[in-house]
Amino acid sequence: MTQLALVIDLNVCVGCHACVTSCKQWNTSGSAGPLADFNPYGADPTGTFFNRVQTFEVGEFPNTQIVHFPKSCLHCEDPPCVPVCPTGASYKRAEDGIVLVDYDKCIGCKYCSWACPYGVRELDEERKVMTKCTLCVDRIYDTALPEAERKPACVLACPTSARLFGDIHDPDSVVSEAIRENAGYPLMPEWGTRPSNHYLPRRKTAIRIHEDELVRSDNPLKIDGLLPKPAKAEPSLDDVTSW
Amino acid sequence: MRPDLSVLLLTTLIGAGQGLFLALVTVQVYALFALLPAQDGRTFFAPGSVIAVVLLVAGLAASFLHLGRPERAWRAAAKWRTSWLSREVIVLPAFIAVVFLYGAAHFLGYTPVLAELPSNIPIDVTVVLGLIGTVLAFGLFLCTGMIYACLPFLREWASPLTVVNFTLMGGASGFTVAAALSAWTAPVLTSFLAGWALILTMLAFAGRIASLVRNAKLRPKSTLQTAIGVKHPNIVQKSQGFLGGSFNTREFFHGRSRQFLRSIRWAFPLAAFAVPAGLLAASLMGATETLLPVAAAIQYAGLLAERWFFFAEANHPQNLYYQAVA
Repeated sequence: MTQLALVIDLNVCVGCHACVTSCKQWNTSGSAGPLADFNPYGADPTGTFFNRVQTFEVGEFPNTQIVHFPKSCLHCEDPPCVPVCPTGASYKRAEDGIVLVDYDKCIGCKYCSWACPYGVRELDEERKVMTKCTLCVDRIYDTALPEAERKPACVLACPTSARLFGDIHDPDSVVSEAIRENAGYPLMPEWGTRPSNHYLPRRKTAIRIHEDELVRSDNPLKIDGLLPKPAKAEPSLDDVTSW
Repeated sequence: MRPDLSVLLLTTLIGAGQGLFLALVTVQVYALFALLPAQDGRTFFAPGSVIAVVLLVAGLAASFLHLGRPERAWRAAAKWRTSWLSREVIVLPAFIAVVFLYGAAHFLGYTPVLAELPSNIPIDVTVVLGLIGTVLAFGLFLCTGMIYACLPFLREWASPLTVVNFTLMGGASGFTVAAALSAWTAPVLTSFLAGWALILTMLAFAGRIASLVRNAKLRPKSTLQTAIGVKHPNIVQKSQGFLGGSFNTREFFHGRSRQFLRSIRWAFPLAAFAVPAGLLAASLMGATETLLPVAAAIQYAGLLAERWFFFAEANHPQNLYYQAVA
């Protein structure tokens, strides 16, 4: 069993939206039809995107962190959007686990978008069918492309390599290792959808140093200073007054 | 969720059609056991069936307006093994066909006796069609309710109360229409039907209030913390990633003010249950029967408002990701 997925490293993402634009460019140019934009230069533009980068502020000023959060279909292992589809247009591929929509079967009833807790399906207002991230299925198997380019457009575009692509069922894949070694986590685990895409958390490199590691407790120079000071009247060991 | 007029019309119209058909079959079964005077097929059952078919077909037509690609609607029957929507797509036309045949058999007087119960009670074709239709009517209530109740993260919907209330509200509105109709076609039945309409309206009232109380107590399971996976009590969205609108900002929000939502919450129980119940009770106590069509109209308008609120109240977890434009 193969389950292709993305692993997105929030520690590295700088929120540049390169994955958004490259996704739009690739997927609006393909044989599956355009991702329509309406009123793109007007006051109220709207359009279909498979991938969005959102920005969250964590904490309160001055102790804040900005988290840039790319969001696309998570290709759940137990996708709630698939069984609700009345026509079978939404399906999960057995061979690689990609959740896809057959645009020729979709009736545009939007029920699958109601059934997705993550809001990653968007109805294309021009084609009137449900659209979603395909993991660039028309690219990753294209033998006409050099092997290094057989990856989703967003992964290739990311300037900081925040996006990894691979088979999360293969324990030796780069994505499995990243999830395992860097505490990858799924979104909204409370709904039991078992998302395939994982996110790597923000990480700070910190070394814990204890006090006694900075000051040697057995430093001979400090030992004298630690001795109790004899009173003035008391003779010292060498018969000299203590002061 | 955004209340789409086509879905509001679909669910309220077919509910009333199912309830009306159940009222007709109830009268026929009571008459079969001589608990009510027998009615003429052509003057009572046929007009009732016509109105039921009109309501159901109008609902079916409204449902097409919801689709982006209505010309492919036939495909929706494919996945009945997993999808409640697909099951509804199968059951609704089947039910319409049975109601049509039921009305046609009554109109044409086609009543060959198929079996006989002890004490010589004849079971004719219309009784059998009525029973098949009854099963389909309840099956359709189940399908319609489960379309909403089967989505676990829409927690306002994910409750058995959703199915129960769809059934009770459909039954109440259908029996009220039947009572109004009988004032013209069979006045001897009016008090019987108005009585059942009153009982069902009060039951629906209780069920809907129960779901309002339940939903008011819900605490969200998904939070911004689980949505982006960051453990911190203070997370604020600064950008949803685009300046304009998108499908996600339109489809999952009712787009009205909190004030409007609150006023509908108070208005719909009055219009759908309290006022019609009062009018039904008044007609039972001997007031003029012209009250009954008024009660049916007010109740239908109230149920449209109820359905609007049903959608508007449901808070989809995806909204967590769309809280700030920039």
